[in-house]
Amino acid sequence: MKTIQLTLASGLPADVLAGGSGPALLYLHNHLGRTWDAFLDALAGTHTVYAPRHPGSDEPDELLALDGFADLALYYDDLLNALDVDTAVVVGHGFGGMAAAEFAAHCPARVSRLVLIDSLGLWLDDTPIDDISGVPPERAASILSGSPTVTEALLAQPEDPAAIPDFMVGRFLTQAAVSHFIWPIPDRDLRRRLYRITMPTLVLWGEDDQYVPVCYAREFGDGLPDARIERIPGAGHMPQLEKTDEVMTVLADFLGTV
Amino acid sequence: MKSIWFHLQGYRDLPADFEDRYESVWVTPPTDELCDPQKVHQYLNWNLDELDYAASLGFDGVGTNEHHQNGYGFPVSPNQTGYYLAKSTTDQAIVILGNTLPLYNPPIRVAEEIAYMDCLSNGRVVSGMPVGTPMDVTHCYGITPTTVRPRYFEAHDLITKAWTAEKEFHFNGKYTKLRHVNIWPKPIQKPHPPIWLAGGGSIETWEFAAQNDYLYSYLSFGGRLAAQKLMDGFWEVVDAHGLDRNPYRAGFAQIVCVAETDAEAEKLYLEHMRYFYKKSLHVARHYAAVAGYNTKASLQAAMSRGGAGNPFEAIDPGSITWSELVDKTKRVVAGSPATVIDHLKELARDLNVGQLILLMHVGSMDHELTKYSTRLYAEEVLPHIRDIWSDQWEDHWWPSGARRPVLPGEAVAAG
Repeated sequence: MKTIQLTLASGLPADVLAGGSGPALLYLHNHLGRTWDAFLDALAGTHTVYAPRHPGSDEPDELLALDGFADLALYYDDLLNALDVDTAVVVGHGFGGMAAAEFAAHCPARVSRLVLIDSLGLWLDDTPIDDISGVPPERAASILSGSPTVTEALLAQPEDPAAIPDFMVGRFLTQAAVSHFIWPIPDRDLRRRLYRITMPTLVLWGEDDQYVPVCYAREFGDGLPDARIERIPGAGHMPQLEKTDEVMTVLADFLGTV
Repeated sequence: MKSIWFHLQGYRDLPADFEDRYESVWVTPPTDELCDPQKVHQYLNWNLDELDYAASLGFDGVGTNEHHQNGYGFPVSPNQTGYYLAKSTTDQAIVILGNTLPLYNPPIRVAEEIAYMDCLSNGRVVSGMPVGTPMDVTHCYGITPTTVRPRYFEAHDLITKAWTAEKEFHFNGKYTKLRHVNIWPKPIQKPHPPIWLAGGGSIETWEFAAQNDYLYSYLSFGGRLAAQKLMDGFWEVVDAHGLDRNPYRAGFAQIVCVAETDAEAEKLYLEHMRYFYKKSLHVARHYAAVAGYNTKASLQAAMSRGGAGNPFEAIDPGSITWSELVDKTKRVVAGSPATVIDHLKELARDLNVGQLILLMHVGSMDHELTKYSTRLYAEEVLPHIRDIWSDQWEDHWWPSGARRPVLPGEAVAAG
């Protein structure tokens, strides 16, 4: 795995972790930030994985040039140009799923296959989704995943106390850069654009997701022209980390890499 | 030092177990369970009567601010109170602290309403321009945290230009686009009413104040000891800009309660301070700290200080004793007139503050008790502190139409 620093045609910077070999795969991360985790390791077994850091996560001023998902879609379009990638499999989790779906709706020709994991993007008044910034402490952990071990690892602070302030600033800035696109309700009329997402799409969900409940999987399925829905039993919001093997089996079948 | 009687306009009768039963006094306290409109009818009338009473006794200014969806203080639009005071008073500064700029779209509404109030009062308005609290701006009014400051600065530019431009102009901002800006009326005060900034410690606010020669007021409930470091930081920024240390550049909010003796003050006011610190400031942390609200630099500074310095945070209930609040931490200035005078003189000197924003209605205090404390302050304290600074410095941040009120004692002497 290596880090690639790029300047896009727009002038905006991009910070991309890249690893593996095979067809290009763009991975868009959730509100916790980008980490090269066991899931990306597994994907890198069959694909060249590109994991950009969400813009504005380190330097908030970048967000002044990104007013919404149309701008963000152009950002990823520019990023694929800069990486010299024509089309890619696009995988997104949580907020990253929403970003991936919006990219696919805006630039469908660049997305060969789309994978949405416990994705934001749609809204049901009867099943509201928590606000990541306003969630009470007692729910903050349970919405992250269904596995105490995974949740603990996700919330772990650096062992070196001197590194904690920077770590916390990073978490805060990432959350801010995500909120920038979805505050106060994560609905930007994606439903109206789902018809444009014509490529084969896998909608993958942890059946016990406490953050974006599994009923949203069906909502995506109903609106997408070519969707396959897979629910992962016993998993919460992070099926790719909670049940990595099961998720990889489904993915291998969908991506034709069995 | 100016004495400004400032009303938070809070709810005076939250239940005894409020802080145990509800997550937050702000954003989500259920209105139907906790907020009785008939009681609010009584409170609002008391609030205005208390402000009028303070004006009649010779306070230099009267004021309020803007907050939403809470039991801490809900003036909602401060301009509504301001219009009333502009009509009911004759000499005082009307200190609106102020309109939360990011919440107005288009922000010329603020330019118009302040100008209207300035005309009604014949040039007695202070136009406070706060960024706002995360609770109000992001949680109650839904503004995206990362856009709050850009919206604020853009609104400031539009409003000041609307007040000062020589002719109609167009405004092509990021958040507001207007083809015709041509407000009726413009303010009486030229070039515009004094602009007061309010902050809880954002370093950008100090810079903005210094760059524009605006007043900075530190709104805290922590008292002068806790404020020393922050106010020192403000004055260092003032120095760095080559400006003078004129104390009238700075405002400071302070809870003050006066009684005949120190012992009587404890007996009269301690329960209301308990109410205020336990209930009125019971703001859930997840509403008070919002990612994206503070700049990266402020965030890093807060982390290195070991906390965000949130003024809206209930303090350790065990520390809410008279000796802790009044003597040790000096969060509260309370006691006999002599005690209060001593504390306020020290506050003025240590923080170098010329505008004292007095919080004299505290939490659950009733109308008569509020008036009692206010009267004692006006008669016994105010004459001893009003001339701190005035022989050395000129107040350039005071509205030009406001007049130094005649104190009741002076009127008797003159008659």
